[in-house]
Amino acid sequence: MNFPILSSLILLPTIGALFIFFVRSSNSQYQSSKYVALFITLANFFLSLYLWIVFDKSIVDFQFVEQREWISGFVNYKVGVDGISILFILLTTFITPICVITVNATIKNRLKDFLIAILILETFMIGVFCSLDLVVFYLFFEAGLIPMFLIIGIWGGERRVYSAFKFFLYTLLGSVLMLVAIISIYWITGTTDVIKLYELGIDAKYQNLLWLAFFSSFAVKTPMWPVHTWLPDAHVEAPTAGSVLLAAILLKMAGYGFIRFSLGLFPDASLYFVPLVYTLSLIAIIYTSLVALMQEDMKKLIAYSSVAHMGFVTLGIFTMTQQGIEGSIFQMISHGLVSAALFLCVGVVYDRLHTRLINRYGGLVSIMPKYAIVFMVFTLGALGLPGTSGFIGEFLVLMGAFKKNILVATIASLGVILGAAYMLWLYKRIIFGKLINEDVKKMVDLKRFEIVTLWLLVLPIIFFGFYPEPLINSIEVSVANMIDMNDLDKINKLAFGE
Amino acid sequence: MENLQLIIPELFISIMIMFLLIFGVFKKNSSQLVYNLTTVSLVAALALIINLDTQIQSSLFKNSYNIDSLARFMKILLILSGIFVMLSSSKYIQISKISKIEYPILILCSILGMMVMISSNDLIVFYMGLELQSLALYVLASFNRDNLLSTESGLKYFVLSALSSGLLLYGCSLIYGFSETTNFNQIMVNTKEIEYGLTFGIVFILVGLAFKISAVPFHMWAPDVYQGSPTSVTVFFALLPKIAALTVFIRFLYIPFYELVDQWQMIIIFLSIASMVFGAVAAIGQKNLKRLIAYSSISHMGYALAGLSTGTTQGVQSSITYITIYLVMNLAFFSCLFMLKRNDEYYENIDDLSGLSKNHPLLSLSLLVVLFSLAGIPPLAGFFAKFYIFVSVINEKMYFLAIVGLLATVIAAFYYLRIIKIIYFDPEKEKFESKHSLGLKFTLVASTFFILAYFIYPSGIVDIISQININ
Repeated sequence: MNFPILSSLILLPTIGALFIFFVRSSNSQYQSSKYVALFITLANFFLSLYLWIVFDKSIVDFQFVEQREWISGFVNYKVGVDGISILFILLTTFITPICVITVNATIKNRLKDFLIAILILETFMIGVFCSLDLVVFYLFFEAGLIPMFLIIGIWGGERRVYSAFKFFLYTLLGSVLMLVAIISIYWITGTTDVIKLYELGIDAKYQNLLWLAFFSSFAVKTPMWPVHTWLPDAHVEAPTAGSVLLAAILLKMAGYGFIRFSLGLFPDASLYFVPLVYTLSLIAIIYTSLVALMQEDMKKLIAYSSVAHMGFVTLGIFTMTQQGIEGSIFQMISHGLVSAALFLCVGVVYDRLHTRLINRYGGLVSIMPKYAIVFMVFTLGALGLPGTSGFIGEFLVLMGAFKKNILVATIASLGVILGAAYMLWLYKRIIFGKLINEDVKKMVDLKRFEIVTLWLLVLPIIFFGFYPEPLINSIEVSVANMIDMNDLDKINKLAFGE
Repeated sequence: MENLQLIIPELFISIMIMFLLIFGVFKKNSSQLVYNLTTVSLVAALALIINLDTQIQSSLFKNSYNIDSLARFMKILLILSGIFVMLSSSKYIQISKISKIEYPILILCSILGMMVMISSNDLIVFYMGLELQSLALYVLASFNRDNLLSTESGLKYFVLSALSSGLLLYGCSLIYGFSETTNFNQIMVNTKEIEYGLTFGIVFILVGLAFKISAVPFHMWAPDVYQGSPTSVTVFFALLPKIAALTVFIRFLYIPFYELVDQWQMIIIFLSIASMVFGAVAAIGQKNLKRLIAYSSISHMGYALAGLSTGTTQGVQSSITYITIYLVMNLAFFSCLFMLKRNDEYYENIDDLSGLSKNHPLLSLSLLVVLFSLAGIPPLAGFFAKFYIFVSVINEKMYFLAIVGLLATVIAAFYYLRIIKIIYFDPEKEKFESKHSLGLKFTLVASTFFILAYFIYPSGIVDIISQININ
């Protein structure tokens, strides 16, 4: 057996957390525990980078598969990656060190506990993306609630308790039905192994109910309208690093779940429910964009924009076309980078002025020019300007949608315009305009570590905007295989009479 | 001649009861010594049980006393919990000034009663064990006799328990009347047809048993008794009688009346759903931790009953797994409760936990783990307990039960989260003492470690339990 590289990826952060936990705490050692966390997360990033390099992109099978007996005769611990999941793992390991760097400015008390929570969360997030067994997936999916609950609740803003509870209970309520579905799948097919389930297929008569059970969980997590209301609260109250992780990775778990499980295991049901998903996605795109337009709180605005962007993602996935699904994945990665960056940007000005209200700012361009530049890149990335990664994702999604349903695609395109409206207006109100507020004049431009973190995010956004090939290349075979395997094309043709 | 060596553990405990009683009376100021000797004799009894030949599946006294794998496992569980309860509460007893020689002896008496219950294969033997257990528990509940709440709880428990014992006896007599025997195996042979008298008998006995494990709607006593009794007795109440009563539940339903599964299944499902939902909802408003854990254990018993209601061996095994993990979680919770001590006074209100995490990070961390586990959040042990139950429930296509049960976990998660919120998010209060007895620390560390590390090797316990045969 080869070196268990995926298990190391999963376990390394936990080992780091244990190390930090057992080192005796005193104020001077707070710094050292931060360096330990940074070292561990960076090591994890390079490990996953290595994984991406040695990963054979031309093979459809899952690679680096590890399997061990776990609950005897029932569930195996099974992990593996294909072209889709490896990108999400990379995203996770890339964002986490950035979060660790930001703790400098944002976390004032109990730094050690915070780092432990982040590291444990990273373990669960990576676990979600590489588990190849439904029970193992559920385990990681749910376990992530614990550290995130604590991150929002302990280090959050004023209404943190309310938000933390809302976040936890909403997500838990969504996922319990998924557990019922997973156990039912076990009794219907005799296994919870995803690869075997792909081969076996699930009888069409069970698919609709099972699909709905999975949907209830993923819809809450995505979040789709009308169960999105936990997200703005959670985002607003969470500390910067928490918001970043929530937006960049936790939301992607659901999108990933849609592709891996809803589409992969229940192709017939997915087709059956396409109108439902289209409707909810379009409402999310248009309605939440309008809501975002009216927000006075920066974080809330970005939170609503996340809902709108995730609307594109679900729309793209359920077009069930090569372009649509690829676009969705690309959109998720891009949104992971852009929304993380936007929350970091909000964090930067929040640390200086301690308010998130948009109208308290204005005219930052003259005192914080460096900030204005990076913020501009992220704004453009969020609205999907050609040349940024946001464009590729939205473009592919819309292309897939046009292939299937012109009306849906047209309405979704309106969302792009609205997106440009609220993002540009936000930028205008914060960066341009007159410097009226006295406090704002005292603000200092980006510090060194802020420059590093933000430029680290600028680079991939622009790079993948101009040269999306590495990402597309990685997912192409897997997506094609998924469409092929489930005869999605054939089913599509029958249904739409092409 | 009966093969008496099979009941050596029971005999040993009986002899120790008598010996300790005489010893305690004749030697002055020996309460602490008797307490320690009791713990030692429990350890010895555990060794004796483990030492018994595992291959033997036999019954004694004209088939009225069963020594089988179920009895063996449950007895080990019982005595282990007994040992940990004794270890963790030794300090509490001294400080609460209830350290008298009768205390450990009564505990031994009730453990003996439970062992008889666990092994019983006959209605009369079962009733005998039940009463031995209950009588000792009545006294224990009111042991802190200067405290109004404690005496009230003892009296309340006595009156209600006597009523339920009466119902139970009435049920026994009905069954005897319709089957002409009190032996479980014989009842199965004699009752091939469904008769109304038999069904009534089953219902009465189930009511009596439901009372003992405090399943809704026979739970009224539990919150008051849990709150009123000294904490060391509450932990005893929360752990040991549940093991014994659950075993009797299993034996009673799955040996004599297995054929009549259609008759009792709906009753158990009702008890289960009512307990899960009521326990979860009623706990939300509680302010006292002991009262809260009473409602929480009502709800947990609902899950254990859900496993029993399936009517399959797998369901029974999932219930046994559930109760095992439940015991560890409650043990850990009560160990934390024993640590909330300041100036020789114990604190048991939820508000007292406010901001605990700042002053006592390790204790708070264990409470965090225990509470998330009680709420059934993966990857902690509590999740696996519920998981096994739902696997067996869904296998029988009882989707309604499964979905109600899972929704109840979401409601229950709310009040567990509330405690975590108070521990971690609220402003801090005065420090608690940080010196504790070694036994208490060991209990807490061992049980927390079990909960935390259970996911690494979940098969261990399941493998042992899967060897338990009911028939």
